[in-house]
Amino acid sequence: MFAHLPGWVRGHLAALRILLVFTVVVGLAYPLFILAIAQLPGLHDRAEGSLVADAKGRTVGSSLIGQSFTDAHGDPIAGYFQSRPSAAGDGYDPTSTSASNLGPEDVVDSFDDPATKDSDESRQSLLTQVCTRSHEIGVFDGVDGARPYCTASGVGAVLAVYHAKPGYQGPVARVISVNEQCPTRPFLTTYDGVKVSCRTLADDVAAGRQVLVRGDAPAHPAVPADAVTASGSGLDPQISAAYADLQTARVARARGLSVARVRTLVKEHTSGRALGFLGEPVVNVLNLNRALDALASARQ
Amino acid sequence: MSSNVAGVLAVALLVAAIWVTYRPLGDYMHRTYTDQRHLRVERWIYRATGVNPDAGQRWPVYARSVLAFSLVSVLLLYLLERIQAHLPWNLGFSGVAPPLAWNTAVSFMTNTNWQAYSGESTMGHLVQMAGLAVQNFLSAAVGIAVAIAVVRGLARRRAPVASGAGSRDDVMGTGDELGNFWVDLTRTTIRILLPICAVAAIVLIAGGAIQNLHGNRVVDTLTGGHQAVTGGPVASQEAIKELGTNGGGFYNVNSAHPFENPTSWTNLFEIYLLLAIPFSLPRAFGRMVGDRRQGLAIVSVMAVLAIASFAVGAAFQAVHHGTVPTAVGAATEGTESRFGVPNSSLFASATTLTSTGAVNSFHDSYTSLGGASLLFNMMLGEIAPGGTGSGLYGMLVLAVITVFVAGLMIGRTPEYLGKRIGSREIRFAAMYFLITPILALLGTGVAVGLPGERASMLNSGAHGLSEVLYAFTSAANNNGSAFAGISVNTTWYNTALGLAMLLGRLLPMVFVLAMAGSFARQHPVPVTAGTLPTHRPQFAGMLGGIAVILVALTFFPALALGPLAEGIHA
Repeated sequence: MFAHLPGWVRGHLAALRILLVFTVVVGLAYPLFILAIAQLPGLHDRAEGSLVADAKGRTVGSSLIGQSFTDAHGDPIAGYFQSRPSAAGDGYDPTSTSASNLGPEDVVDSFDDPATKDSDESRQSLLTQVCTRSHEIGVFDGVDGARPYCTASGVGAVLAVYHAKPGYQGPVARVISVNEQCPTRPFLTTYDGVKVSCRTLADDVAAGRQVLVRGDAPAHPAVPADAVTASGSGLDPQISAAYADLQTARVARARGLSVARVRTLVKEHTSGRALGFLGEPVVNVLNLNRALDALASARQ
Repeated sequence: MSSNVAGVLAVALLVAAIWVTYRPLGDYMHRTYTDQRHLRVERWIYRATGVNPDAGQRWPVYARSVLAFSLVSVLLLYLLERIQAHLPWNLGFSGVAPPLAWNTAVSFMTNTNWQAYSGESTMGHLVQMAGLAVQNFLSAAVGIAVAIAVVRGLARRRAPVASGAGSRDDVMGTGDELGNFWVDLTRTTIRILLPICAVAAIVLIAGGAIQNLHGNRVVDTLTGGHQAVTGGPVASQEAIKELGTNGGGFYNVNSAHPFENPTSWTNLFEIYLLLAIPFSLPRAFGRMVGDRRQGLAIVSVMAVLAIASFAVGAAFQAVHHGTVPTAVGAATEGTESRFGVPNSSLFASATTLTSTGAVNSFHDSYTSLGGASLLFNMMLGEIAPGGTGSGLYGMLVLAVITVFVAGLMIGRTPEYLGKRIGSREIRFAAMYFLITPILALLGTGVAVGLPGERASMLNSGAHGLSEVLYAFTSAANNNGSAFAGISVNTTWYNTALGLAMLLGRLLPMVFVLAMAGSFARQHPVPVTAGTLPTHRPQFAGMLGGIAVILVALTFFPALALGPLAEGIHA
């Protein structure tokens, strides 16, 4: 059919025809075949997204997709177990999934300069995010929120130390707490005999020598690791058993239930490691909160 | 049981699973490429496309077929993305902008699956299924086809004779043909990838992965808010994404997304899928060259490098050195709670050791040295075990270089599997090896030299450099994973990374086919007492050593300025 065309054109036409055939085979037939198999009972509900309903039968989400349990102001609701921090959109937005992508040495906050009206340059460093979450959860759940490299007020404990001579030589001339914007009293009064000051917009903190202040917080803080870090997907439906345990007393108090009752519910919604050794034991937050709501409507 | 003990058991199960399937899968692939008959569906495809399946191709023809197929693949995918607004199941998304469409088309054709876009807000279901996933299959098949062609070049045992056109012998051939690209492509897709994917997709659905054609279904949450539950043909795409070492996620967050990777056991299953073919190809190689021990030697080097690299990476993550990980008490930032840190590290190592680039946790937030180990895996050239096909031919090129170096040391003419390594062969091997470091380092250098491109870094200082270095290393090696903080959806990055992916894929393929072509022409030299045996531990050790030393020499300065500088300071 294409015999009159030069060889290189025929070669490409053959390539195109193969490509089109495979587009039909693996691009349409294969996924639609799998879709047909997915209609089988047992697979269908999962293929549809593992949707779950509340006590009234209203679909409230997917048991695989986490949700925020916050009020209109974004504050956590005491009667619900709280999910992990999320970097997906405004939190748990499946149309904008994301991780924070912040690195392990991201420790210096940026503050907004009101002189440039057009944009908000403020950005909390990953360290300050971790410290703030730990501090807030500590207050919310009545435990010690202290962590290494965090100030008592819940920001990253980082100093910029300026020396008298270049190359970080000579005596210390000036010290700034880089994550504490003026006016405030810095977490440390003095460093190396020099008074620590809060940070103003004019300070070039990158020019100083970065000093991280470990503090005396325990290496294993009371607030668990998953509670202060964002997940990879931003949709993590689960929390660690430790974080669920930490929240049990607060939820019981807010709902007027006994701690033992709530603990039993937590246990029912905890799944161990698959095969006994894959992954980590976790608690599904949406399912647990649905069970709490179902319990409440049954009592009414 | 502690997390770390559980992590070790997970690795043990994975190694056992690969061990068990190494032989049957390798033997099956061997049969696939040496079978003289064609399946009915294959004959139908050849008839529909006008391919003569019994005509052998010499290396230039084979390479031209690869290039022609790559070109039309990029063009069709680019077209589908651009006209998305007029296609069914587009979810209301408009056509993809030209720089991004180019980048994505190249990315999927080259088996890189670098994603400068966010799946759930850019691509409709039809483009995902009939555009992106098609390249998931075909780019993997192209890689395997080229590897098989290279093996045929080494395996040729008979002296060249005039080839009888159309004779059945030509699939394996009697002359200096390397096989027929269209047949290799078709057989790989129909006999290997499709059946395994169909089973794998159903297993994934059983675990909770979704397979539907819905758009966003907005629900009222428990607290009265709204949440859009996304839909899509995810499971079918997930299966080939892993099996074909592609890595392009249906969603922005890839295998961290609960709809792509719902449980800790699907997680291990996905890791197994992405390692299965690259680790079994050496068996097919051993069978094809008529000496299984040669395949065993290659797979041992792959396995030792992979396990060592995983152990190092996982140890850095478990120790969680660094400021934020210390404050947190674990390297959990960017990881899913159901997987935990050890199984996240395992996925990360597997994805960077192959050319997959799928992620179940976010490498940008890894500890500095944990992140460095992932970069090192990619810099290794993805040979342990590497991508589908590309891992095997990458390793064979290194074997040629190793034989050459060994030959210089002991003063003998180097030969591999009875084929002499002359100046022509070693020149192609050297060019093969040099292409990715040149692309990765040059690209990084240019990017950090340009002020606008520097601004794309999310993190500052050494970590910012790591983001750029990771991006170009990932693109040039056709991996596709990222230190994802960097904003790469700009015209400059889309174009530059697109070029890096394209050249990083096609140039090595042409060089390695050329090398295979000149091997195919040679009369084999008889084995003598002076022949360096290439199936003994001594050779395997040397091959592993050469791989590591070449990479260290090439990339150490760049690593020192990025992740090492960051990891050592505190």
